[in-house]
Amino acid sequence: MAALLSLAPALADDFKPVVIYDLGGKFDRSFNEAAYRGAEMYAKETGGTYRDFEPSNEAQFEQALRRFARRKADLIVAVGISYAVPMRNVAREFPDQMFTVIDAIVEAPNVQSIVFKEHEGSFLVGMIAAMATKSGTVGFIGGMDIPLIRRFAVGYEEGARYVRPDIRLFKNMVGTTGSAWNDPIKGAELANSQYARGADVIFSAAGPTGLGVIQAAADAGKFAIGVDSNQNHIRPGHVLTSMLKRVDLAVARSMKAARNGTWEPGLTVLGLKESGVDYAVDEYNRAFITEAMTARLEEARAKIISGEIIVTDAMADATGTGR
Amino acid sequence: MSEFYLDILILLDSTLRLATPLVLAALAGLYAERSGIVDIGLEGKMLGSAFAAAAAAAVTGSAWLGLLTGIGASVVLALLHGWVSIHQRGNQIVSGTAINITVAGLAPTLANHWFHLNGQTPLLDGPARFQVITWPWVETIGAVPVIGPLYAEVISGHSAITYLALFTVPLAAWVLYRTRFGLRLRAAGENPEAVDTAGISVYALRYKAMIINGVLCGIAGASLSTALGAAFVRDMSAGKGFLALAAMIFGNWKPVPTLMACLLFGFVDALQGRLQGVDLPLIGEIPFQFTIMLPYIFTVVILAGFVGRIQAPRASGIPYEKE
Repeated sequence: MAALLSLAPALADDFKPVVIYDLGGKFDRSFNEAAYRGAEMYAKETGGTYRDFEPSNEAQFEQALRRFARRKADLIVAVGISYAVPMRNVAREFPDQMFTVIDAIVEAPNVQSIVFKEHEGSFLVGMIAAMATKSGTVGFIGGMDIPLIRRFAVGYEEGARYVRPDIRLFKNMVGTTGSAWNDPIKGAELANSQYARGADVIFSAAGPTGLGVIQAAADAGKFAIGVDSNQNHIRPGHVLTSMLKRVDLAVARSMKAARNGTWEPGLTVLGLKESGVDYAVDEYNRAFITEAMTARLEEARAKIISGEIIVTDAMADATGTGR
Repeated sequence: MSEFYLDILILLDSTLRLATPLVLAALAGLYAERSGIVDIGLEGKMLGSAFAAAAAAAVTGSAWLGLLTGIGASVVLALLHGWVSIHQRGNQIVSGTAINITVAGLAPTLANHWFHLNGQTPLLDGPARFQVITWPWVETIGAVPVIGPLYAEVISGHSAITYLALFTVPLAAWVLYRTRFGLRLRAAGENPEAVDTAGISVYALRYKAMIINGVLCGIAGASLSTALGAAFVRDMSAGKGFLALAAMIFGNWKPVPTLMACLLFGFVDALQGRLQGVDLPLIGEIPFQFTIMLPYIFTVVILAGFVGRIQAPRASGIPYEKE
């Protein structure tokens, strides 16, 4: 018995999950960095360790999954919608391997899929934009034109119109290829154009390209809204808030569950109700989010959770999953 | 002021900014090709300079020191290409491509090593970045109808590099067509044997051209990361080097037509951002995918139909061998 007890922590310390990032890279101050923080959170709370990998091109997605699966990693967490197909292929080859994929849905008996209701978080930041704008004009800049990004756009627009039905809204997409995520110059240029035409708050869902939008906000003396991670600190005073996607919580929870043996395959959807999405308030933007605004936001949050307000999911048609 | 006129001004303002790196890089290519060296490494040199400039500006806090460092890095790469093309008589396309690939990998790797920001450099602020220059009496002149807004919106309010870029065009025209050095340079690209017969070193001329090429590419790269943007982001040149090459061919290897080509590319790019999501009379809203295609369609149509006979320097791309 004593031998068994001493074995248990030893086994747990052997437990080594793996995180594989998307192309944005580990320290993108956005989506991937949130995953990294989740893994760090796991390491801190459990005292365990983990491994991670940054692919440099899309061809490496499947290779990386397969390589870690072959080496019998305890849990492989892949972050990003681009992993949908590679994960499906590799999960089939290694039926005993636990996989978690974030942002994509893979139906396999050994895969846990975690997705977010970005439209619900975007609805709230849309409300903030509409309450903060002085010109009655707000903007949206998306990275690559894919259904996931349209989900941000539609939620944001509905939130803005919920507060001010007559609001003017400019929408831009940066491009249709992967380079749209890494083009801060283009992001800044689109933002400049929107600001010049009267917008005073722009929400960008565009990865590193969004840094250009935040920079343009600082140059123009206006507001931007960050995305995925809390980006309020990047240009203090010019980031109104950030739409948080708690990828960190999702990664940490999944790793802890696997460590404790409570990990289960299947689909998990994290919305406002599950605190999977939110808006960020910290010392950099507390002055901009007034109490009256907070009251309206919390009221809307409660209504969304209770189902009184249903935010349109732009991806529901595209994927046919209807979630 | 009518909204339409203001829209045009915003477009022109945006055009000047977007065309800045293109003009500089296209002129860099022009000097190289006029001397007889094909340079498809513009992209890599810009990216290398963008990284060096942003890194040096972040460390020293001076945009000008950043610019000098960027120019230095770019000149080293240009001389490397020159050495391969001139002394080693290597394949110039291969050498140029090698530079592009090497820099695309090396710059983010070094950035990660030094700054730990996922292949980015820290955001630049204040004197570490080229600030926009507001021209005198903008308030007074801006109030004048029609011409006022043109002065305030389009002419005033760019960074030093944009004004410098516009100045390099007449300078290039003067150097190439009005100086002895320019005459010899052009001769080296057309008929190097004649230059050699006259007792002038073709090698020296081509190396000088590559130094000018490096300086111009260096300024172009610095404009990306320290003027238009505020940090280096991986792959931030986003194909601008190749677009510049197209502009140079489209401009028939002549400075002023090349400038026009760059301005046209910049304008179409600005226009596509502006047209996204706009309801046009009769046509309705144009889909994002189509507007994003516009710059490329324009390029193909113009190159196919309007340019007329394109005449490359005759000895361009051919290594010179002394008898």
